[in-house]
Amino acid sequence: MATAMALRVIRRKASIAARGFSSSCEAEKAAKPINLFSAINQALHIALDTDPRAYVFGEDVRFGGVFRCTTGLADRFGRSRVFNTPLCEQGIAGFAIGLAAMGNRAIAEIQFADYIYPAFDQLVNEAAKFRYRSGNEFNCGGLTIRTPYGAVGHGGHYHSQSPESFFCHVPGLKVVIPRSPQQAKGLLLSCIRDPNPSIFFEPKWLYRLAVEEVPEHDYMLPLSEAEVIRQGSDITLVGWGAQLSVLEQACVEAAKEGISCELIDLRTLIPWDKETVEASVRKTGKLLVSHEAPVTGGFGAEISASIAESCFLRLEAPIARICGLDTPFPLVYEQFYMPTKNKILDAIKATVNY
Amino acid sequence: MAVRLMRSPTLAWRKMASLAAFRRSLCPTSPLFPAPACGNHGSLLRPLRHLGSGEAAGEGVLQVDNRCSDQVLDFPGGKVMFVPEMRFLPGSPNERINCYRVLDVNGQTISGSRFQEVSKEVAIKMYSDMVTLQVMDTIFYEAQRQGRISFYLTSIGEEAINVASAAALTMDDVVFPQYREPGVLLWRGFTLQEFANQCFGNMLDYGKGRQMPIHYGSSRLNYFTVSSPIATQIPHAVGAAYSLKMDGKNACTITYFGDGGTSEGDFHAALNFAAVMESPVIFFCRNNGWAISTPTAEQFRSDGAVVRGQAYGIHSIRVDGNDALAVYSAVHAAREMAVHDCRPVLVEALTYRVGHHSTSDDSTKYRSIDEIEHWKIARDPVSRFRKWVEGNGWWSEAAEVEHRSSTRKELLQAIQAAERAEKPPLSELFTDVYDRVPSNLREQEKSLRETIKKHPKDYPSDVPV
Repeated sequence: MATAMALRVIRRKASIAARGFSSSCEAEKAAKPINLFSAINQALHIALDTDPRAYVFGEDVRFGGVFRCTTGLADRFGRSRVFNTPLCEQGIAGFAIGLAAMGNRAIAEIQFADYIYPAFDQLVNEAAKFRYRSGNEFNCGGLTIRTPYGAVGHGGHYHSQSPESFFCHVPGLKVVIPRSPQQAKGLLLSCIRDPNPSIFFEPKWLYRLAVEEVPEHDYMLPLSEAEVIRQGSDITLVGWGAQLSVLEQACVEAAKEGISCELIDLRTLIPWDKETVEASVRKTGKLLVSHEAPVTGGFGAEISASIAESCFLRLEAPIARICGLDTPFPLVYEQFYMPTKNKILDAIKATVNY
Repeated sequence: MAVRLMRSPTLAWRKMASLAAFRRSLCPTSPLFPAPACGNHGSLLRPLRHLGSGEAAGEGVLQVDNRCSDQVLDFPGGKVMFVPEMRFLPGSPNERINCYRVLDVNGQTISGSRFQEVSKEVAIKMYSDMVTLQVMDTIFYEAQRQGRISFYLTSIGEEAINVASAAALTMDDVVFPQYREPGVLLWRGFTLQEFANQCFGNMLDYGKGRQMPIHYGSSRLNYFTVSSPIATQIPHAVGAAYSLKMDGKNACTITYFGDGGTSEGDFHAALNFAAVMESPVIFFCRNNGWAISTPTAEQFRSDGAVVRGQAYGIHSIRVDGNDALAVYSAVHAAREMAVHDCRPVLVEALTYRVGHHSTSDDSTKYRSIDEIEHWKIARDPVSRFRKWVEGNGWWSEAAEVEHRSSTRKELLQAIQAAERAEKPPLSELFTDVYDRVPSNLREQEKSLRETIKKHPKDYPSDVPV
């Protein structure tokens, strides 16, 4: 690669590990190492700067947001384009749909994905069906919902959830989850500019902890395209978001034992890139899917079923799913609940040796 | 709702709410509000004394109270007076909010009534559109009963609300309807053929046959497509109004909903957002007494919707929904306020749903026929407005007969044409989910087409494959 993309991921209970994700986007211009919230912030600056009809809003957004993603936006673009909303998720979503339906880029923040449920009806029954039900007379394609998701080490039930699979059951929405700062910037700009409503889940554990060289210029990464970030021949691993760094660690450990893992970042969950996963499984004959959300009904189930259908004769072992447990997200038991490196490593070995 | 991991301003409020802070605040030291010469800071902690109301000014007991009456708390939102009297706000005031009316039941303007002047041309169009709406309701209802369309929903009893509110707006104003406002679309120029195409879900239906009858929509006429969930359109109208404001448009949005809709969270979210965001939106509540079978007494205990507007900091008015001139005048004034002052306005129209909720409902199971008949005959908004229009010499029995007959004929022809038109082709099943058809849908279309070839009898023959 033209530029070394150094991504540092430090996990609370894991040793510091240097991650070297390869990247599909070559930095053409200046690139500085920044963390994930700063990458999001850059993307929002660019979105507002390049489109006068773009708006950023949500709870506590004006002062910079509780995770600092919206820092400096109100000062630069004014309080009528970057503003606080009342504390009401269904209102945020409903307002954003109306704003988007008038041809604007409505970039709304839901402070935690755990609090997105009051907006569920607006997103599922309104945003997702806006174009279809009107026969394309109207659309709210300018809508992007940004929301931090996932474990953070101490978030308990209501600051840790990964609700992505609820939205993957909704035709009309796009669901996108980045794994790193550089990915976050490019994918968020794509979501904002995509002519369909998108939900962009941000891995909050990585906001400060993931640091990577991110090109400063305006760039976008393709939606609905998975990325093979590590080539391998023995087993295919599929994940997204913060889980990629755990899967990467498992790949490194497995390599020490002579197992060659192919690692795929799905990036867009719907509509998802089945072809890339299929091509990899045809090569390796084995598949492991991993996500933080509870295993039952998680998006891993969809991937497993699809690959079982399309690659049945090529599969040499049952598809493994290493995911969150089917419990509410537990505080003191977080490490037990999580799809940790060694759970994945054990499953890799069991699958390869099946 | 959100509990925050991070430092939260709510902590500061909690602190302020502590008794110590509250006591301190009783005699603020702010230079804007110098502490009054009041020695007793602990009045709230004293044993309570019963004090007379303000009307009893001059009585000896109040003189004691006056010493502290100028105590003011400088609180976000403005000054708040302290009073030693513990008085709860009543849940309902002694008198209900008045209802603005211009025409009496005989179609005469009430003496002293102030209203927006309506030209002859506009008045005739208003009245004839109200009649057209009645004819539409009658014939489409029959068509449903004959099994020609799957569903219908009438606006009987609410013709004045539909047409008069639409007449008071401009075409640049954007409509976010619920579903009992087809008269707004009619006023804007949706043709009987367009209504029929939607109800029959044919290939000319803008919605491509994807939604049930009466889910009209038209981007040409700034009328957002109806969706079935209740009240979801209300916050959309707020966001869209904000867009109009930011674009400097001389326009507002209007959103319609019923009394039942005011119980939904979306209603409350929308009013609060609109007030805070200063969005030029008119909230139009059709308080027709019934949410399917639930009467307003089982819907809310507030004095209707109008007081809720005020509670959210929104200018609000209650209007006789069966008085076309009152509705027209109120919406005209509301529009002026919304557009020129950049603020939301709430209009609550008192009316009655004379028809059943829909063709799937029989309202005589839960309300008396006498009640329905009373509203249908004694309080009919169409005949009331006709009296006024006729009184001005702008309408006649001959015009009435001619209009009803020609509308009926035109609509029957439209229905026949809509019925004959092809259904939308199968390919439209897969379009518009996204701006482009993604690969999973292309695969599913391919697979479905193979199934259709194998089992053609399983599928309706009128959908072109």
